[in-house]
Amino acid sequence: MAIWLTENSKIIVQGMTGGEGTKHTRRMLAAGVKVVGGVNARKAGITHEGLPVFGTVKEAMEQTGADVSVVFVPPAATKAAVREAIDAEIPLCVVITEGVPVHDTTEFWAYAVSKGNKTRIIGPNCPGIASPGASNAGIIPADITTKGRVGLVSKSGTLTYQLMYELRDIGFSTCVGIGGDPVIGTTHIDALQAFQEDPETDAIVMIGEIGGDAEERAAAYIDEHVTKPVVAYVAGFTAPEGKTMGHAGAIVSGSAGTAQAKKEALEKVGVRVGRTPSETARLMREIMSSR
Amino acid sequence: MDLFEHQAKELFAEYGIPVPRGIVAHTAEEARAAAEQLTGRVVVKAQVKTGGRGKAGGVKVADDAADAHAKATQILGMDIKGHTVHKVLIEEASQIAEEYYFSFLLDRANRTFLAICSASGGMDIEEVAHTAPEKVAKVPVSPLTGVDRAKAREIAVAGGLPQQALDGAAELIEKLWAVFVDEDASLVEVNPMILSADGQVKALDGKVTLDDNANFRQAEHSAYVDKAAEDPLEARAKEKHLNYVKLDGNVGIIGNGAGLVMSTLDVVAYAGEEFPGQPKPANFLDIGGGASAEVMANGLEIILSDPSVKSVFVNVFGGITACDAVANGIVSAFKLLESRGEEVTHPLVVRLDGNNAALGRQILADAALPRVELVDTMDEAAKRAAELAAVGA
Repeated sequence: MAIWLTENSKIIVQGMTGGEGTKHTRRMLAAGVKVVGGVNARKAGITHEGLPVFGTVKEAMEQTGADVSVVFVPPAATKAAVREAIDAEIPLCVVITEGVPVHDTTEFWAYAVSKGNKTRIIGPNCPGIASPGASNAGIIPADITTKGRVGLVSKSGTLTYQLMYELRDIGFSTCVGIGGDPVIGTTHIDALQAFQEDPETDAIVMIGEIGGDAEERAAAYIDEHVTKPVVAYVAGFTAPEGKTMGHAGAIVSGSAGTAQAKKEALEKVGVRVGRTPSETARLMREIMSSR
Repeated sequence: MDLFEHQAKELFAEYGIPVPRGIVAHTAEEARAAAEQLTGRVVVKAQVKTGGRGKAGGVKVADDAADAHAKATQILGMDIKGHTVHKVLIEEASQIAEEYYFSFLLDRANRTFLAICSASGGMDIEEVAHTAPEKVAKVPVSPLTGVDRAKAREIAVAGGLPQQALDGAAELIEKLWAVFVDEDASLVEVNPMILSADGQVKALDGKVTLDDNANFRQAEHSAYVDKAAEDPLEARAKEKHLNYVKLDGNVGIIGNGAGLVMSTLDVVAYAGEEFPGQPKPANFLDIGGGASAEVMANGLEIILSDPSVKSVFVNVFGGITACDAVANGIVSAFKLLESRGEEVTHPLVVRLDGNNAALGRQILADAALPRVELVDTMDEAAKRAAELAAVGA
């Protein structure tokens, strides 16, 4: 068992007929992923990349038994696409689209909550989720790592790939790119909880970035709920301080959102934090080789 | 994008929110003319995109036009937390009875919007939030239901605003919500929101942050861009749709993906600590997940035209961008620069990993570009780039 995405997952692509949708549907199919159809209201009934195109997510689910949707529609259409996925109650909706206005994301998140969170949303602005050897929903390169027993959750796409690649000999149960936008559907904490409960995951790599306080909250969660070893990496120690306006941000989060603050919060609860991606890989290697 | 106070107030005025009359001045002479036009006492306010300008001496009351000239002379050119004052807002002085605090913002942690309201407004709101948090109301606002007049009134009551201010505050808050939503703002802050001596509730200050992701449906927001303050290299990069930020070091950085580039800045800065002069990153440049050869060439061109750059580190993990495309981009960039008679004199350290890495390395080796070095790992490559910058290349 990997988390959220398994070899039995059946994937549909919202926006499959567009440029990005076409390119990545092709890549997923080439990697042996079970993509079973696409959704485009204006092109329903056609066949694209050898797959049927449906008018709605609901219809695609009924016809194919799909349980995962990957969203490649442009930013302006993303809110409607995700709301549609939520209405259809598809169990997993992976939003790859970059550049979604934060008002739209906040609104579809509120909508998901109001509908009882029956759809797990990953992203937006994320590379997706891959369970090596089983399935791959999104744009994570299929061939850079192997199946194994490490779980990975990351705000950053290319840093995810970097760690997957550096630890390719050890391998991963599931790698989740949650995206670095201010509002996201699946958080570090959601992934930590799922990895903790997953019998096929032995240890967890967590990758964070400056901004917000998600890593600090993840640290508090690890302290209380995670018994599996966690190593972490935080990017942005030397990034220049962003211009903050007004007092509102500081009043809300109570944290500066700096890499140093995140590192300290994680180390305080026993998480080993690497100075570079390679050192982080080394720390995980030590943990896995001592098991 | 952050707005200047005067831009925020112009926006507020479009939504029918009461703001004091004001005129922007770029010189002391303009300040005098503005004060003459407004008549009476005025306030001269530094226009900078940072907080704490009042405490820094960037806001002064002037009794008449001559005094406005004098005060503007003091304020123009001031440095406030690294921001130079290039313009001032000359505003009619308000008769303040009470000062409140109000904002709408994105609450990242709870993934919703938040209204913050307090009867204890003014410069020390952060202090109040720490020492007397009960005086600062934080009211979650669902994007599904929004803020109508009744909800606005509820927020004002929660903030402890007095009875005589409630009607005016509720109306102002409802209009601020319209600004927040219709303009795709992630922050709308009014501090202070005042009750004037004649019983009117007004926005005496305004801070607005707009979401750049919404630019596709907010065409008029491009008018707010502060072209004067833009770094020339950043402006050029922007024209080419490159995600570039100028920094103050001497190692040029190009990578793919914001996280990897941020990480590259860290690794180069750490590596630089070991070399004389402590080389640091000269920039942040993310060529994105699906970057083409052309994008690579554009990026390299920008970095090589930065006079402070002594060496360049190209750090790419081939995910969607295959490494052969990146290698071709580097080769094209060299050809492009050569054709303009701009010989590449800086050393380039290149690290390629991931998809088609072997092919990418081969392309670079075959091209035999002068001053290009291939290094296998990110840490080693960072060290080499820092070393090359330290020896002055």
